[in-house]
Amino acid sequence: MPSLQEMAKKEGAFAGGHRMCAGCPVPIFTKMLTRVTDGYEIVAGNATCCLEVASSIFPYSAWKIPWIHTAFENVGASMSGVETMYRALKKRGKITKPYKFIAIGGDGGTYDIGLQSLSGAMERGHDLVYICYDNGAYMNTGVQRSSATPMGATTTTTPMGEQSYGRQGNRKDLSRIMVAHNIGYVAQASIHDPVDLSEKLKKAIELDGPAFINLLSPCIPGWKIAPDMAVELARLGVETKYWPLYEVIDGEYKINYTPKKEVPVTEWMFLQGRFKHLNKPEYSDVVDAFQKDVERNWNWIVRQAASVELLSAEVN
Amino acid sequence: MEPKVLTGEHFINGDIACAEGAIAAGCTFFGAYPITPATEVAERMSERLPDVCGIFIQMEDEIAAMTSILGAAWTGVKTMTATSGPGFSLMMETVGLAVVTETPCVVVNVQRGGPSTGLPTMGAQADMMQAKWGSHGDYEIIAIAPSSPQEMFDLTIEAFNLSEKYRVPVFIMSDEVVGHMSEKVLIPEAKEIKTVARIKPKGRKDQFKPYQPGENGVPPMPAIGDGYNVHVTGLTHDEQGYPVMSVDTQKDMMNRLLSKIRDNLDDIIRTEEYLLDDADIVIVSYGVSARTAFTAVDMARQMGIRVGLLRLITVWPFPEEMIRDLSKRVKGFVTVEINMGQISREVQRCAGANAPSYLVGHAGGTVITPDEVIHLIKEAF
Repeated sequence: MPSLQEMAKKEGAFAGGHRMCAGCPVPIFTKMLTRVTDGYEIVAGNATCCLEVASSIFPYSAWKIPWIHTAFENVGASMSGVETMYRALKKRGKITKPYKFIAIGGDGGTYDIGLQSLSGAMERGHDLVYICYDNGAYMNTGVQRSSATPMGATTTTTPMGEQSYGRQGNRKDLSRIMVAHNIGYVAQASIHDPVDLSEKLKKAIELDGPAFINLLSPCIPGWKIAPDMAVELARLGVETKYWPLYEVIDGEYKINYTPKKEVPVTEWMFLQGRFKHLNKPEYSDVVDAFQKDVERNWNWIVRQAASVELLSAEVN
Repeated sequence: MEPKVLTGEHFINGDIACAEGAIAAGCTFFGAYPITPATEVAERMSERLPDVCGIFIQMEDEIAAMTSILGAAWTGVKTMTATSGPGFSLMMETVGLAVVTETPCVVVNVQRGGPSTGLPTMGAQADMMQAKWGSHGDYEIIAIAPSSPQEMFDLTIEAFNLSEKYRVPVFIMSDEVVGHMSEKVLIPEAKEIKTVARIKPKGRKDQFKPYQPGENGVPPMPAIGDGYNVHVTGLTHDEQGYPVMSVDTQKDMMNRLLSKIRDNLDDIIRTEEYLLDDADIVIVSYGVSARTAFTAVDMARQMGIRVGLLRLITVWPFPEEMIRDLSKRVKGFVTVEINMGQISREVQRCAGANAPSYLVGHAGGTVITPDEVIHLIKEAF
């Protein structure tokens, strides 16, 4: 792996001048993605999402690699077609260069409408890296809830008010659904840790077969935060264990980062406008339930990782 | 808590007016999926439905949004969803299911430029044929085209009434311009709003046949839980509702599904005429383009050209007889619509050899100007 300094000097295949919001972390990861792919030709597919819209506003494109925008619900399927045909052409000797395929979608296009297409692509075993940047709502259409929206967040379709405290119930755990596909590589990453993220991207790309990375990606307008707060909120998301950094290689869990001290999830929540209304005594039960869910999820991952260690100890 | 009917003067956009119309009509279930430029309908419904003890539910895609409103409708309530082009395409299989199960529901399409992702934030009227033919098989539906935020309110109520009366999906074929423009909307007193509810079955439950036609050829519809046997299926079915794979059953079922609309055209079709009595040239238009057409008529009249307007308020079923009758006495037709020729072909078909039919079309992204209409009229006639 090159150092971060070395990597930052690389041009990458994602140009500046795109129109993502000021402070949005998505272009950071996109740039990084195209800087860790040395030795490969990359083809990217993009579901309809913020990145797709803002990186390709007519008459410009930020992409210096072959790039396909599909519909909202099917980037997994269109990249399946591309990858399959590549293998066929390679077999016939018509392509000799090593190609790798990447699909990118937001949480709406991945957790919700694109889940079927993603599941099919992973199950069939295409050599494809699917990266979901999870900002926890449909931000491109103006902040509607998705199944990745955390409990209690106010969105334009789960507005807080007299009748509601915001989004009811828990978010979907897509990373675990991807683990259940028995693919070679699943990871959760965060935008604040470039070393961990670039290593995960590289592992996923170099794997021969399907891989999935779920990336926590704070959204400036959707989370109602200042433009200089995205990286800090990603960091706090990890420190509070809301977003554990882990990877699952061939079904075996490994925690990549264990926070040094217990940080209550409110430290992360109440820096965001979408949770601000919950910072009142009458909503303490919602906040408690949120905290409990974070702990339950973290403990579950710890148990998975511990059982892996236990098993390997027995083998040894 | 706001009341069900927000009586008074409002300055709101078409999407909001549509949501208010739905609530005033008695809609208590909305199955949602965000999509520009229809998202505001969903957002408004998510705020307003709790006021009327209604249910707002956001689904995982438009297939689910459309299907959820059928499920909810079978519990006896009035239901709606709202979308735009790509979502409308995903809904199409379930549109057929709504037709064959005769499930009342209202589907709003705030049209944007297509095909595919197209022009998400810019208007078009290019889904008009999809509304009629988008699902597989033969069927009849009702489609309404509002021209203003006021009509987004009024005609949404109308859409619910027709849907309940005929047990058919009704499409509100709006567009981005009407959906996003803000104008004055007058909401009347609740008691002045006429609403229709589906007819429920009476009589012995053991002799009930769910698809036995009642008045107007429409079968009374029980709600799940009323105690009547409800057997809902997308398969070809007989009056009992059970699947029967036979040529005769298919013929009987299809005949009734088509005739309940085709035999009641006078009750369903709504049009507006403007200076049509002495017109030599008839502009046919609907939705936002009708606003262009009104101005074009006035401009032509000032030039001494006798132009009139037939505004289609319901686009489907199509007012074939009106066009046919007009074609016998006018010089020709000009259809103004933001597509490359959809309803103009219907006009052409109905006018036949009696009168020529021209199109003032547009690929989408903006409205047509009256000058373009005048230009064509001068060239063609």
